Amino acid sequence: MAARTLFDKIWDDHVVETLPDGTSILYIDRHLVHEVTSPQAFEGLRLAGRKLRHPERTVAVVDHNVPTSDRSQPIEEEDSRNQIETLERNVKEFGVPYFPLLSANQGIVHVVGPEQGISLPGMTIVCGDSHTSTHGALGSLAFGIGTSEVEHVMATQTILQRPAKNMRVNVEGTPGAGVSAKDIMLAIIGHIGTAGGTGHVIEFAGSAIRGLDMAGRMTICNMAIEAGARAGLVAPDETTFEYVRNRPFAPKGEAFEQAVAYWKTLSSDEGAHFDREVTLRAEDIGPTLTWGTSPETVLAITDTVPDPAQIEDEAVKTQMQRMLDYMGLQAGQKIAGTPVDVVFIGSCTNSRIEDLRMAAQIAAGRKVAPGVRAMIVPGSGNVKRQAEEEGLDRIFLDAGFEWREAGCSMCLGMNPDRLTPGQRCASTSNRNFEGRQGPGGRTHLLSPAMAAAAAVTGCLTDVRELA
Amino acid sequence: MEKFVTLSAIAAALPEANIDTDKIIPARFLKTTQRTGLGKHAFDAMRYLPDGTENPDFVLNRQPWRKAEILVTYDNLGCGSSREHAPWALLDFGIRCVIAPSFADIFFNNCFKNGILPIRLPREICDELMGDAQMGSNARLTVDLPRQVVIRPNGEEVPFEIDAFRKHLLLEGLDDIGQTLHHEGSIATYEQRQDQAKSWLPTIHFD
Repeated sequence: MAARTLFDKIWDDHVVETLPDGTSILYIDRHLVHEVTSPQAFEGLRLAGRKLRHPERTVAVVDHNVPTSDRSQPIEEEDSRNQIETLERNVKEFGVPYFPLLSANQGIVHVVGPEQGISLPGMTIVCGDSHTSTHGALGSLAFGIGTSEVEHVMATQTILQRPAKNMRVNVEGTPGAGVSAKDIMLAIIGHIGTAGGTGHVIEFAGSAIRGLDMAGRMTICNMAIEAGARAGLVAPDETTFEYVRNRPFAPKGEAFEQAVAYWKTLSSDEGAHFDREVTLRAEDIGPTLTWGTSPETVLAITDTVPDPAQIEDEAVKTQMQRMLDYMGLQAGQKIAGTPVDVVFIGSCTNSRIEDLRMAAQIAAGRKVAPGVRAMIVPGSGNVKRQAEEEGLDRIFLDAGFEWREAGCSMCLGMNPDRLTPGQRCASTSNRNFEGRQGPGGRTHLLSPAMAAAAAVTGCLTDVRELA
Repeated sequence: MEKFVTLSAIAAALPEANIDTDKIIPARFLKTTQRTGLGKHAFDAMRYLPDGTENPDFVLNRQPWRKAEILVTYDNLGCGSSREHAPWALLDFGIRCVIAPSFADIFFNNCFKNGILPIRLPREICDELMGDAQMGSNARLTVDLPRQVVIRPNGEEVPFEIDAFRKHLLLEGLDDIGQTLHHEGSIATYEQRQDQAKSWLPTIHFD
């Protein structure tokens, strides 16, 4: 058999049938469901008199809309409450396993899936959310789908797809001080652009990727979508197997050993063909953040804001000026020292225990700068509990951070956690689009450590100065 | 789903790259449990001023483009979130065809599922079509799906590519779940094979 990539192997293993025009019916092992992109899909099933084919391969959780404040109170926003109640009715009617708001296991779907062992290596995993790419960190093929496809998976446990092209991004070497997975991924997106991965599945490889823990790999794969890729993945290795072992829904005992034997076959063969390959040196990457309203507008914290006058393409120049105006920045200004109003540490990109530890290391013994609102939103109830066991909540509370309940929160502001117009936010989330965190809000994407540094200094800061 | 065969309609130009799905429909409007009714919030931040009134400079607020059914943009249209609310909002506004040099993958898929035809054409051609779209009441393009051509106001025909299967679904207005269920036998066979080959693969049951 010809040499195959990791993506090719998982793909081949899940093709049910290939139609004459090259479209494949692809089998889906896990379907993750949340309250925002599922109501119309359940309604579609109901109208067509269809059943959910495999509720036992499906898991639902509430995350996008949920308040991250006191949960003993009813949800104030009526439309949010309605969407959550609609999900609760639907999971009951269709028999879907569900983590409700008050479950200790509730959290962001892309944190909960790996944490519970629901997402495993070698699987095909879909969810009506673009950041499903996160689960690719386990060595699975995981991608976001629209609501019509959610309904299609519910009815058939398959999806119609054409194979993606293969791309490999290698990051070699050892990251320097203050550089985490988030900095590496922002640098990758800055390098290949937000359409750099379009039509491709990106395999992340190289010694710097191998050296990351699972949380770091999840941060990388999470933002594969920001590079335009259909999915991102990392070949499973001992780090992966150790992470998966003993997770609540992972196979146990003999079954686990069988699974590992299979998972060990999941790496790209020597000589496998990649349509595109890019290599970065970890040593060239410093603490990195975005200045504009597209995730590709990245710079190092030591850099100055770019100047549209130096751009030739008129459309690009105009768009760049528009970004500067929106962000309230001047061409040529140093990005470090720019004052922030809000700091958000959370989201499916950076809300795992490892992320909170990095932030706590910077926050310890310091105080949030006057006038700055700094929020910590753990990715799940389990992350929150573990952080409390480690005393991280005390570090954050003593420093003046808010310590909140799990959910998507200010990543997209569907719940009350929103920026007001003109507010500038240092955010560990994944998108800096205009209005993403609230109408008129200004977002700088950065790592948990950099976000904590901004909180305690009151401005965008090189975290290495606080180490 | 409504069939798509031919469309002769007003075209609007939005000469921007990377128009993301948050821009097409911001997250705060995703709290609906319906597919319809989102048209009034399509392009909300561009279409309305902070006081809620219409922005008179935005193309879709001006005549004749208030009735646009075709949208022409630059690269990477529909990037970002997978929300199908983006094509739902476009469709509810009246858009049936989107033309750009490139699209984000999920948005591209989502368009087909809702009877919206996304057409990839080179940047130079998109520039020409944007020129056509600025011809006031003559800003009409014709999209002929059976022949796979866009017909410009000057009569020039621009060919485009589309997968045969997707073309068939659009022309017939078919729901693809029904199509896949014709392959029930293959799915059941796959499941039996998988149950044997991967007996370790757990299913999820809560108490």
